[in-house]
Amino acid sequence: MQFLDFEKPLEDLYAQISKLKEMSAKNQVDVTKSISELELSIDETKARIYTHLTPWQRVQLSRHPDRPYTLYYIEKVFSNFTELYGDRQVKDDKAIVGGMAELDGMPVMVLGHQKGVNTKMRQMRNFGMANPEGYRKALRLMKIAEKFNRPIITFIDTPGAYPGLEAEERGQAEAIARNLFEMVNLKVPVICIVIGEGASGGALGIGIGDKVMMLENTWYTVISPESCSSILWRSWSFKEKAAEQLRLTSEDMNQFGLVDGVIPEPLGGAHANPEAMAAIIKEFLISTIQDLYKFDAETRITQRIEKFSKMGFYDEIEEEEKTEQSA
Amino acid sequence: MSSTWFRRIKKGILTSTHEKKEAPDGLWHKCPECKTTTTVKELHDNMYVCLKCNYHNRINAEEYFEILFDGEYKLLFDNIVPKDMLGFVDIKSYASRIEDAQDNTGLPDAISVGVGHVKGREMLIACMNFNFIGGSMGSVVGEKICRSVDYCIEYHLPMLLIAKSGGARMMESAFSLMQMAKTSARLTLLARAGLPYISLMTDPTTGGVTASYAMLGDINIAEPNALIGFAGPRVIKETIKRELPAGFQRSEFLLEHGFLDFIVDRKNLKHKLAMVTDWFMKQPKAV
Ligand SMILES: [Zn+2]
Repeated sequence: MQFLDFEKPLEDLYAQISKLKEMSAKNQVDVTKSISELELSIDETKARIYTHLTPWQRVQLSRHPDRPYTLYYIEKVFSNFTELYGDRQVKDDKAIVGGMAELDGMPVMVLGHQKGVNTKMRQMRNFGMANPEGYRKALRLMKIAEKFNRPIITFIDTPGAYPGLEAEERGQAEAIARNLFEMVNLKVPVICIVIGEGASGGALGIGIGDKVMMLENTWYTVISPESCSSILWRSWSFKEKAAEQLRLTSEDMNQFGLVDGVIPEPLGGAHANPEAMAAIIKEFLISTIQDLYKFDAETRITQRIEKFSKMGFYDEIEEEEKTEQSA
Repeated sequence: MSSTWFRRIKKGILTSTHEKKEAPDGLWHKCPECKTTTTVKELHDNMYVCLKCNYHNRINAEEYFEILFDGEYKLLFDNIVPKDMLGFVDIKSYASRIEDAQDNTGLPDAISVGVGHVKGREMLIACMNFNFIGGSMGSVVGEKICRSVDYCIEYHLPMLLIAKSGGARMMESAFSLMQMAKTSARLTLLARAGLPYISLMTDPTTGGVTASYAMLGDINIAEPNALIGFAGPRVIKETIKRELPAGFQRSEFLLEHGFLDFIVDRKNLKHKLAMVTDWFMKQPKAV
């Protein structure tokens, strides 16, 4: 287990438990009572830590090294997964994975950003930063799903679309724009879940759906707090402040109506109990897909357009007050 | 529901955009590319394109409307004005950034929408103003593009969008990000109505603007040598840790890589626009 700064009190408690276990094994002493006391104390500490997180701590949690990634959820939530590769044009992008799967017996298409679980894999997955091929593969898979009337589930977890030379040559902007346009009109139900980082256009590129959800300890906005700090404060050291100002937590995003809801995480976060997290996601997906099938395709598309059309804040001066603006 | 912008119009604090426009001060203008000096009048008469090296100076909506429309045009949706709902503060508050930008430009926000005639063809033109907070896309830009789409559908008009933007407006956080989704969603309605959407990218067009409505034209076109991309050159350089090739992310580069239909000189823009609009809008002769 790895612990973030603010999780340190837990590290001590876990250390005490393993010490006790070691001791009891060696000396044949009964430590059950002490352990259960410590476990109680862990629960209390968790409750204290995770109910008072700052926005920056949420950002840290969303990047927790033990946090489950897309392929973990694919394995635990779905069955009969067959991964599909390639964009049919340039190559296969390892930063986005996807394929055919079954959800409680129902055939679905599932895809998402994938980060690596160790140094080598992180490089192979390009830290979850997709190139245009990733977005084009995602769209190709979604079009197959549409053709065969299979619901689509996307998992969002990216620090951003890759800002590389080849990415520009091959049209990163066009690939993302195309996905936004096409996903709006998909005839099948689409559910998107931010499971970690939701950074900017790279996240939105697989993020247009009937239900766009965020796991509790994730963030979603136009730029990472670090980059925001460097651009607006002209220094890298205002990331905490930027995280606050950006209002990027699941709670804020839900309150603004920019996502459709928050999926609660087990106490201590998804990384503390990945299996429980997967079970919660599975239950959510099954019931939500059923709900979405109550509408016909045309209704779902219209609702999607209306939902995104409402996003934004501005003032509107009443027409008669306006000064003559004709040129 | 009044806004600072509107209040200041009433108080007469704002000068008209005409007096305040970014036209170079004084009588002479030095080309940033070839350093040739011309009179401001000559530059204006040449559509702000350098007479010597064809450098396209950055201009905003008012200048494009003057170049493209046959005289009279009507500004639409200028009653939609920005608002600092998040109370965003970095080294400056967003509220004061809005006020400063409005004072300096005389504009309500980073996009202006005009409807008029281009060589006799009625058309809606939405044009971004780079002088307003870097032409950044916030809620007002998104909303005005959506209303432009609705207007085109209602009056059966072709739509031209002139992009010129550094990308999303960070001070509106996720609201600015969602303008990418919002505009793309609404553009599907224009497509369904069978009406043409022409996207003209000008220097610079980057970030979330490129990754949404700027790349979604039935035809995507650009002025010469415009910087067009998703990530900015500085970020790319820092990422790949080497110099970028000459001409990287310029219009000619995008054309070469297949992402533009054609490049058009500002002087031919009106003519070309009329021509392609005819192709889109002409009713076929009855057989
Ligand atoms: Zn010149």
